[in-house]
Amino acid sequence: MSVNETLIPKLGVVTDIRIDTPDVKTFRVNALGGGKVFEHIPGQCAMLSIPGVGEAMFSITSSPTNKDYMEFSIKKCGCLTDWLHQMEPGQQITIRGPYGNGFPVDTAFKGKNLLFIAGGIGLAPLRSVINYVRANRADYGTIDIVYGSRSKDDLVDYREILDEWCAEEGVNVHLTIDREQEGWDGHVGFVPNYVKELGFDTNKTAIICGPPIMIKFTLAGLVELGFDKTQVYTTMELKMKCGVGKCGRCNIGAKYVCKDGPVFRCDQLDEMPNEY
Amino acid sequence: MKSLLLKDMDRLLAALAENRTLYVPTDGAGGAEYRLYQPGTPLSEALNTNRSAKDFFFPQTENMMRFQMRGKEIRIEEPTRPDEDFVVFGVRACDARSFELLDKVFLSEPVDSYYQNRRAHGVIVTRCCGRPEETCFCTAFGIDPTAPGGDVSTWQDDQRLYLAANTPAGQALLNGVAHLLTDAPETAADDAKAKTRAALANLPIQNLPLDGFGEENLLAIFNDPRWAELSRACLGCGTCTFVCPTCQCYDIKDFDTGHGIQRFRCWDSCMYSEFTRCAHGNPRVSQVERFRQRFMHKLVYFPANNQGDFSCVGCGRCLQKCPVSLNIVKVIKALGGEKA
Repeated sequence: MSVNETLIPKLGVVTDIRIDTPDVKTFRVNALGGGKVFEHIPGQCAMLSIPGVGEAMFSITSSPTNKDYMEFSIKKCGCLTDWLHQMEPGQQITIRGPYGNGFPVDTAFKGKNLLFIAGGIGLAPLRSVINYVRANRADYGTIDIVYGSRSKDDLVDYREILDEWCAEEGVNVHLTIDREQEGWDGHVGFVPNYVKELGFDTNKTAIICGPPIMIKFTLAGLVELGFDKTQVYTTMELKMKCGVGKCGRCNIGAKYVCKDGPVFRCDQLDEMPNEY
Repeated sequence: MKSLLLKDMDRLLAALAENRTLYVPTDGAGGAEYRLYQPGTPLSEALNTNRSAKDFFFPQTENMMRFQMRGKEIRIEEPTRPDEDFVVFGVRACDARSFELLDKVFLSEPVDSYYQNRRAHGVIVTRCCGRPEETCFCTAFGIDPTAPGGDVSTWQDDQRLYLAANTPAGQALLNGVAHLLTDAPETAADDAKAKTRAALANLPIQNLPLDGFGEENLLAIFNDPRWAELSRACLGCGTCTFVCPTCQCYDIKDFDTGHGIQRFRCWDSCMYSEFTRCAHGNPRVSQVERFRQRFMHKLVYFPANNQGDFSCVGCGRCLQKCPVSLNIVKVIKALGGEKA
């Protein structure tokens, strides 16, 4: 493989746009001739671009077990994402990747009880793993999912969570929102506290994604519950331009998030400078 | 080894320029720069050019591809790659070493084909430093300016230029101008080398305490409270990164030409506040973090990923050009440990 192939993107077409929350949409992307533009493993990312507007890295939220298309759940928060949010199906985009290491679904996670903990748009990279694990159910133990957002309206993939995840035997879903809201009779409170309240057994491998502050407090909570940092994984996000460890932008210490990450085990983070 | 009378230098350059594009350091109003060879223009005797020679392989801006937008459709057009063979004459040992360090970034998997293409078309003729300056410290990084490397190395005394090919490409270059060269014994340049060594011995920064920059000290150096003091005067102007032969951070940008969207890459600088700003914030909020990143990268991170090689060649440009007299030597002396 050469950068020639990776910095020069391929073309994709947006075939469906789902409104998830007031500021999150999920975009379905196909190759021009149908099918996927490329294969990936859960946790990997792709560079999406509208030429003339910008190019940025997004996690691939669909599972590789989905053979028909890729999906990206994208929060409106800048130049490119504003543009993506106003476009219509049929729009072509450029796409390159996949980038990064992904989650160790076929090694370290195999046979483990899995505890997914997500905050807000942080569900996007975890959804890929969750659906991969659900599709390969026999390879994994119990599945717990703790997911929280500002409000009920800000829960990404809410329909899929209710209709599929909650309905599936052996998958325990724990939802929470930050503040009381009419029409919500579920849990209210921040994710890190909820995780402590739920008091999970330490016979699990935990996977966290969310805002940096949520990751920090959730990790501390898990450690309080007796989890070792080697049992906890997270996925990082920093500014990226190339995706292949050469533009010099996404490093944390000697590690590049784009190629050495974005998935890190939390004990590895201890050996890295606190600069993310 | 071959030799040439110095009075025939322009004949040599003209012969080299016959079949390929030739770049040579020449003096201008603002100092020495590499410029396209013009017959009769003398080589600069300045120790080094203002800008490093990295531009030849990693230009300040470089077109990568072009897009045509039609309604909802996009067409991608790859640019034609430059395929002109060229020679850079007069590269110093420090800049020649910088190419090896850039190779580690751009030629490691996945290979950067833009850089690789330029590298494949360039032949480097180096020149032994006659008068190293007080800002020189290449020897601290194990570089021997009397063995300047490249495809062809050259040395000179009062009368003659001596040339030796180091690679097949260099040999081919010398074969092409063989009618101008005469044979010389392998020891012919020894006096020139000895003079340079004698000059080096009198320079102030030939040894620097680098032992402390091992990966095992990464966190200790990162967390050292002295970064705040070391970086206090930094303006964040980025001059150091632009003149540095090993700085290679880049940005990718789009430009609407009116006839399509041109995607290009250009040099960027970790010294700039926007460099790492992203959707969730900026991990390097002040100049302390940006300053620290630049030197951590050269002295700790790069070696950790590249078998201990430091990403500095001691060319001294940052010492000469920084408007507030900050430089890597001060950082090394402060944080590099005891042994010098």
